[in-house]
Amino acid sequence: MWLAIKLAYRNLIGAGLRTWLNVIVLSFSFVVIIWMKGIMVGWDHQAKTDMANWEIGAGQYWHENYDPYDPFTFSESHNEIPSQLESEIDKGTMTPMLIVQGTIYPQGRMQQVILKGIDPDQNVLKLPSAKLDTAITVLPAFIGQMMARTMKLDVGDRVMVRWRDAHGTFDATEIEIIDIFSSNVPAVESGQVYIPLQSLQQMTGLENRATIFTFSNEVMGRDAVAGLVLKSKSDLTKTVDDMIKTKNSGQSVFYFILILLAMLAIFDTQVLSIFRRQKEIGTYIALGYTRKQVVGLFTVEGAMHAIFAAIVAAAYGIPFLAWQAKIGLTMPVDTSEFGIAIAQTLFPVYSVGLIVTTTLIVLIVTSIVSYFPSRKIAKMNPTEALRGKIQ
Amino acid sequence: MNERNNNADTKKSPLGDLGVAIIKTNQLIKRFPMGKGEFTALKGIDLEFGTGEFAGLIGPSGSGKTTLLNILGSLDSPSDGEAIVLGQSVSKLSAKGAARLRKESLGFIFQSYNLLQVHTVFENVEFPLLLLNYTAAERKKMVMDALEWVGLTDKVKSKPPKLSGGECQRVAIARAMVKRPSLVLADEPTANLDAANSHNILKTMETLNRELKTTFLFATHDEKVIGYLKRKIFMKDGLVDHEEIVNN
Ligand SMILES: Nc1ncnc2c1ncn2[C@@H]1O[C@H](COP(=O)(O)OP(=O)(O)O)[C@@H](O)[C@H]1O
Ligand SMILES: [Mg+2]
Repeated sequence: MWLAIKLAYRNLIGAGLRTWLNVIVLSFSFVVIIWMKGIMVGWDHQAKTDMANWEIGAGQYWHENYDPYDPFTFSESHNEIPSQLESEIDKGTMTPMLIVQGTIYPQGRMQQVILKGIDPDQNVLKLPSAKLDTAITVLPAFIGQMMARTMKLDVGDRVMVRWRDAHGTFDATEIEIIDIFSSNVPAVESGQVYIPLQSLQQMTGLENRATIFTFSNEVMGRDAVAGLVLKSKSDLTKTVDDMIKTKNSGQSVFYFILILLAMLAIFDTQVLSIFRRQKEIGTYIALGYTRKQVVGLFTVEGAMHAIFAAIVAAAYGIPFLAWQAKIGLTMPVDTSEFGIAIAQTLFPVYSVGLIVTTTLIVLIVTSIVSYFPSRKIAKMNPTEALRGKIQ
Repeated sequence: MNERNNNADTKKSPLGDLGVAIIKTNQLIKRFPMGKGEFTALKGIDLEFGTGEFAGLIGPSGSGKTTLLNILGSLDSPSDGEAIVLGQSVSKLSAKGAARLRKESLGFIFQSYNLLQVHTVFENVEFPLLLLNYTAAERKKMVMDALEWVGLTDKVKSKPPKLSGGECQRVAIARAMVKRPSLVLADEPTANLDAANSHNILKTMETLNRELKTTFLFATHDEKVIGYLKRKIFMKDGLVDHEEIVNN
């Protein structure tokens, strides 16, 4: 084996340009796959971090009837704040939120919205709730950038809001947009209007009631609370995992094509080698190699392309990948329109596992692709190989 | 003076006194499939060679010289009859056994040199030693010795495309001789060389034969080669026609 590696190395280096063309194509696959995979990991990372910061904290308790995708459940989804949770709320590591359906009338148009009552003193989420602690004559509210854009609302704008109270009676008041935030998390922006919790509780006659409770400390083995469902961070970020999985499988096709191209080049080289190097094959046999050993030598030669490619990929890939990790990949279009949790700039994250598995897969595939044409050598007649007569 | 030995008793090596039989063939027959039928390239060869011979198969193109050499080199197997090389019957050797015989005991010299083009002169000559697991120091010494025999110590780092035909063939001789094989098979070694180079390599091989007692068996129709042979085996249509022994 060691001898085969030594000879394969000499032969590959000796083959010159052809070797390097294959190696460059293959190294390109390496770098692109690691880069794209790194972006997916970075995206997953960013989406989850942003969700934790802006939406879900370290986890939530939901009212058992609450279904964020069905606003008609909202009127039935609130509880008296359980005494069990009071100490955590007092400490500031948990914040209650009341969620109610409503309607706003920007420029005379009617828009269904979700009214979220948030505690101005909360520190669990990055939402600018402290801004609600203001002394203006109308109800203060803040919204996300996506919402501001679709509703054409700006800071200082006033708009009518209408809701139903606990008895089903419609009521209306005016709100003023006092802040617009930007979060990369569509779920906290689209169609959401944030107002002070107490105001919303009074407006709806749902004093001291809330729909969800977000906590900032992941406490292992949290107690069950009657009427509430515990949602762990991984439950709540499952949609991100699903999205990344879907994206990944879409990209797999691209990786496959990339590797296929590199493998075609190597397969072609192997087939051509076996044809052109018949005399050399015959010589190896005359000098004491068995045909199987020659098959081994040619397979190692082919597989060694992958090792060269890994080295070449490292030479230009490491600076490129490091530079990407630093400046990130900025989308040429506005990502807030995508409706998925994606930042404008994604920072790839590369793991050792990613690099090792990519390298191993490419090495194994290259070895297999190199082996198949080489098997033909095992059937060669050495005397005909020496004459270079085999077609 | 030449002594004729007209096809009479070729079973025994006329130079048997030089040592034990290194090659012995017995009614050796080789048939090749050809179209629907067969073509018989060797029609029953009975030959014996002793250690240290400097002999040649002589005959026109197509007379079966290469075919015989290939079988003796265990690169091909007989269709019928027997070929015993260094005590081993070629037809009974496994692929591994044949490879071991070539690796340990045989040296080949080809008409077209068959050097590894991308390897240096040193690496080409070193190759047989790599297969035999010599240490780097041993290899270095043996390669340099072999290159000295052929007078190429100044071309150690060159690669074959940079060498002349004569130099290439001398590298091939060094490669064949480096492991000091018992038997060297040389198929038309001068066919691509001019007269000066032909004489040069033949003198080298003659010296090696004398000093290392290596057996040389040539296949040739080159008069220059024939002039050096101590035993001339004339072949015709797959048969030994007659032999000549040179006494000096
Ligand atoms: N593999 C083969 N298949 C068919 N015929 C062959 C093969 N090898 C050699 N021959 C035939 O056998 C005969 C002897 O060939 P060869 O031993 O090469 O002769 P020489 O070396 O004396 O010129 C030739 O007629 C040649 O065409
Ligand atoms: Mg011939």
